[in-house]
Amino acid sequence: MYIYDEFDRTFLQERVDEFRDQVKRRLDGELNEEEFKPLRLMNGVYLQLHAYMLRIAIPYGTLSSDQMRALAHVARRYDRGYGHFTTRQNIQFNWIKLEELPDAMADLARAGMHGLQTSGNCIRNTTTDQWANATPEEIEDPRLYAEIIRQWSTLHPEFTYLPRKFKIAITAAKHDRAAIRVHDIGLRLHRKDGVTGFEVIVGGGLGRTPFVGKTIREFLPRHDLLSYLEAILRTYNAGGRRDNIYKARIKIQVHEIGTEEFTRRVEAEWAQIKDGALALDDAAIDAIRAHFKEPDFEALTDGPAELEAAKTNPDFARWYANSVAPHRKGGHAIVTISLKPVGAPPGDATADQMDAVADLADQYAYGEIRVAHEQNLTLPHVRQKDLFTLWQALDAQGLATPNIGLISDIIACPGLDYCALANARSIPLAQDLTKRFADLDRIADIGRVHLNISGCINACGHHHVGHIGILGVEKQDQEFYQITLGGKANHKAKLGELLGPAVPENEVVNVVERILDTYVELRTSKQETFIAAVQRLGIEPFKERAYAAR
Amino acid sequence: MPLVKNGKPVADAFVAVADEDTLPDAPVLVSATRLLAEGEALFARNHPVGVIWPNDKDVLLLEPFVDRLAVVALIFPKFRDGRAYSQARLLRERLGFKGELRATGNVLRDQFLLMVRCGFDALEIVKEGDVAAVEKEIHSYSVFYQPTGDGRPVPLRARLAAARGA
Ligand code: HEM
Ligand code: SF4
Repeated sequence: MYIYDEFDRTFLQERVDEFRDQVKRRLDGELNEEEFKPLRLMNGVYLQLHAYMLRIAIPYGTLSSDQMRALAHVARRYDRGYGHFTTRQNIQFNWIKLEELPDAMADLARAGMHGLQTSGNCIRNTTTDQWANATPEEIEDPRLYAEIIRQWSTLHPEFTYLPRKFKIAITAAKHDRAAIRVHDIGLRLHRKDGVTGFEVIVGGGLGRTPFVGKTIREFLPRHDLLSYLEAILRTYNAGGRRDNIYKARIKIQVHEIGTEEFTRRVEAEWAQIKDGALALDDAAIDAIRAHFKEPDFEALTDGPAELEAAKTNPDFARWYANSVAPHRKGGHAIVTISLKPVGAPPGDATADQMDAVADLADQYAYGEIRVAHEQNLTLPHVRQKDLFTLWQALDAQGLATPNIGLISDIIACPGLDYCALANARSIPLAQDLTKRFADLDRIADIGRVHLNISGCINACGHHHVGHIGILGVEKQDQEFYQITLGGKANHKAKLGELLGPAVPENEVVNVVERILDTYVELRTSKQETFIAAVQRLGIEPFKERAYAAR
Repeated sequence: MPLVKNGKPVADAFVAVADEDTLPDAPVLVSATRLLAEGEALFARNHPVGVIWPNDKDVLLLEPFVDRLAVVALIFPKFRDGRAYSQARLLRERLGFKGELRATGNVLRDQFLLMVRCGFDALEIVKEGDVAAVEKEIHSYSVFYQPTGDGRPVPLRARLAAARGA
């Protein structure tokens, strides 16, 4: 865990005071809605269909048990008893009253939390691998650098009014769980000649013009991280388009002037500032490292008797096979907590569930919790010998659905139920899909499939990079959905291909089912995953069958 | 519009002059076009010269004049258009401009601090009521995370200094 010190606390308190003053001026009529809008957005406050929505930053998806309790408190005290975890590793509360916002924020600040830079045209919360510092795959904890970026980007005076919002993601593992190639900047930690540094990828993004990002530098030594980022942002701030909101993201600038010219501008700017005040050194990086408290890992070995005995319980064994991953420390494991039970909105958690997860984290997982961009939670450090007891407790809270990575582990945006921009609903569709695919044997047989739903072209549900992507469109005042196949968000990121004409709402679940039946029939063996089969076969066989029955 | 410099309301001694007009016998603010066209002739006069520089023009073009310009006025056409923040830092930190750096356009209180941190020392304020808020706004934070040309220590370094001192 990163421990905030007095600098961070002072800053947050000052920020809460500032916002309280701004809300007061809005309520007094001194600020009109247009003037208030960018100010509230800077604090994570959106105006949605029914109410103000508060988005809270969970920097790089890491939460302490106390912070989780603070979220539970806000859900209970200021909202309707639940919150919604998002694909940006944040949480949203959908029903907060403007007058109560400053109090909710003060309560959060006491736990070191805030809504800063979760909206507005600034550098947003940096996201990373939910398995950071736990997976054996990575070379270093990427959160160190995410924290360095957080500090540098917090209320950056030069980059608070960019052409458009700006998202940075970072990973240190081979297997990219942070979708770095579809962010404005993606950073991949790797090592060259014994030095740690980054591959720098720019101009990825989804939305109405999706792009996979381009690598503009294969290797950037870690000491140069901030100066290089500043050079990219300055290049974007000066040259990004401001005439059309749909063309204002950095991906359009990179596309229009070309990767080569963009890179040239960045490198030229960087040459001027690389040895300046932003240059990092080992002492600065180590000072940040010292703020991350390493859990007091018990010395344990893999496969304890308690675990082996528990595996004879078939329900536990199923969950274990599905939701538990290897840890870098012997005798430990990474546990993913599914927020996708059958029939519920993806990513929602009740205040009671949040409190329960906080308690379980304290008992079994060194008090640490992560939010995964798949809208699930993770306990990154669990003792293997405690897995069975943990599972029982999670199950009692409805938090042990063994569907991680399977068809019912759906990523969905809020859609028409909450969002003012939506064409179509996302949540009810996700709920219907989970009901159709409730049979655990069946979904385990189908295996790994990522299904993503967005209620409109803004792509908050990442539909372009879902193995199956579903996009809400409007047709003759009715909700229709476009379906894409073959998208991927990982290190081989790829955008999905359109299957065919849009499908009316009552047909979507059937079409998805026929696509999956086709896969099961045509796969060479169970080892060939859905996405591999789509790559081998192309979309034609799926298309034929998907529309055949209509 | 009220002008506040270094936190205090001041009278504006400069007259903005249109390109086709003859120069008055006073300190002037000319357009970028006029500065680049007439350059030396402007500085040969006995009055201070300032320039109004658009936010889509490279400020590094001002290099030949930085030591002689009394004022550079940068423009925020809308407060949401943040290009002049980068221009300000480049002028101060890259070109070492020491004269008055004036924020003009849609200059509102909630951006005062950002402007000051980027190197502006003069604010041409839109709303009369915001003038009194300058002092409060620019002192609303005591902690800053990133170094800009204003030379304040940031937590990353201050923590280290504290650790070394201890
Ligand atoms: C409910 C209110 C929301 C509104 C009004 C909203 C609005 C938008 C808009 C306008 C875009 C497109 C921006 C662009 O491409 O320039 C966008 C993209 C995005 N939003 Fe949302 N969003 C909302 C909720 C969410 C939620 C709940 C999540 C997470 C689950 C989310 C995550 C994202 C992501 C990941 C992107 C896409 C990719 C990208 O940035 O290129 N948004 N959103
Ligand atoms: S994808 Fe569209 S409908 Fe869904 S949350 Fe984003 S803006 Fe709203």
